Amino acid sequence: MDVVIANLPLYLEGFSVTLLLLAVGGLGALVLGTIVAAMRISPIATLRVIATVYTEVVRNTPLTLVVLFAVVIVPLLGPRVPFILSGFVALAVYTSPFVAEALRSGINGVPIGQAEAARSVGLGFGQTVSLIVFPQAFRMTIPPLINVFIALTKNTSVVGGVGFVAELFGVGRTLANANGDAVIPILIGVAIFYLIVTVPLGLLATQLERKWVVQR
Amino acid sequence: MSNSGVLFDAPGPRARRLSVILSWISGVVLVGLVSWGIVILNTPRESGGITLPGMFDPSRWDILADPVLWNFVIFTGVWNTLRAAIVAAVLAVALGVVLSLMRSSPIGWVRIPTMILIEFFRGMPVLLMMLFILLVAGTGQYWAVVLALAVYNGALIGEALRAGLVSLPRGQREAALSLGMRPLQSKMLVEFPQAFRQMLPIIVAQLVVLLKDTSLGYIVGYQELLRVTLNNLGSFYGNRYLFTLWCVAFVLYLIMNLSLSWFARWLSKRTASKSSGKRLDPADAAQAMLKADAMAESRQTPQGG
Repeated sequence: MDVVIANLPLYLEGFSVTLLLLAVGGLGALVLGTIVAAMRISPIATLRVIATVYTEVVRNTPLTLVVLFAVVIVPLLGPRVPFILSGFVALAVYTSPFVAEALRSGINGVPIGQAEAARSVGLGFGQTVSLIVFPQAFRMTIPPLINVFIALTKNTSVVGGVGFVAELFGVGRTLANANGDAVIPILIGVAIFYLIVTVPLGLLATQLERKWVVQR
Repeated sequence: MSNSGVLFDAPGPRARRLSVILSWISGVVLVGLVSWGIVILNTPRESGGITLPGMFDPSRWDILADPVLWNFVIFTGVWNTLRAAIVAAVLAVALGVVLSLMRSSPIGWVRIPTMILIEFFRGMPVLLMMLFILLVAGTGQYWAVVLALAVYNGALIGEALRAGLVSLPRGQREAALSLGMRPLQSKMLVEFPQAFRQMLPIIVAQLVVLLKDTSLGYIVGYQELLRVTLNNLGSFYGNRYLFTLWCVAFVLYLIMNLSLSWFARWLSKRTASKSSGKRLDPADAAQAMLKADAMAESRQTPQGG
């Protein structure tokens, strides 16, 4: 336990990098995912096909492969980007199809009569989606979205593992290598920092789900 | 809203023309983007005075004709990935069954520690667990990967099965008890088989995640597909082939994962037509679990008598 307390500043530094990866990666994933979800319900066939293929391909690619592309292959092409930037992009791309699916399933959860009613009073596609469907879909999407972000929190460890970024996992690995006699407390310390983020988020998701879905 | 056709009018001639035009425009934009990417990849670059050929130059792809490469990739890389995934999958499902039964036990001192255990393992990165097992238990890389994946996915599958158990109609249990079965008998013979079948698509979807996560073995030094292609073959053939080798790994992963995903979807359709018709989308295991949880919640509250 002494090792953890002695290295608390290092832990906190790693934790802040993890939170940064989570925030920036999550924001990027939200933007990308919203675009993909919008493409998937649009009336234009080509956009729908592109979005579907993108979702299928990215969702079935391991994150390690994506991070390795950003960290190993991209520098071969020329640009020397900082590793943390590659981490942001890799996390955002990897997470975006999951965000898109969460949004889409929220939209699918709105009863079809709502859209029919909106159409029958003469609203167009944009109006139906933005005024009727999306406000109702919103609360159905929040719990799944929280789950996506929990997964993202855990996935930031891959960036530390492959990408030479000193976030929580990276810090833990360095400390464990340096203090071979105290590996157990060091790694449990790392785990607790992850749990600080994931457990409350998980409780929040279940709470919101109970509150919102049962009303239907 | 599964039928998005209601969102817009049946297109008339003008709207149809507009849609076709927009389709073409976005198609052209896509082709433009892709060819831009190809040009970027294909541009030769200067590095330390030497000109390196573009990424699609034949000199970067000639190794694909080498049978030694395929031999090594398939019989070491893919085989090690599948070997870890299959053993981890079996262990994870077994652990999930045990955890779900313990989690829904009526005895508090069984249920509550199990709950804490599940939450602990669910909230932690698999990668950290692999490192922990590797360094603390000293089992070697293979078992570090397998055990970490089994524990993590076992906790998730356990939670899915528990959601399946509580979302069953209460009448099932009542009927079993009224026939004179003991609570445990009712759980094992009546409730659990139904819950397992209902949750099967979600379990298979979780196994896709497991298969993907074997790639984390790369980080703890397990010789799976990624390490074999990018590290071993990368240093054997030299850095110039890294992109080629990455593409090989990418395509192989896509083949494995997509076939398992399609199997999950097919399974979900098949079970749906047989049972109540309520279908849990296997696309996202965590999400389907939330849904099952909510269904369970609404069943538990007595509904007007």
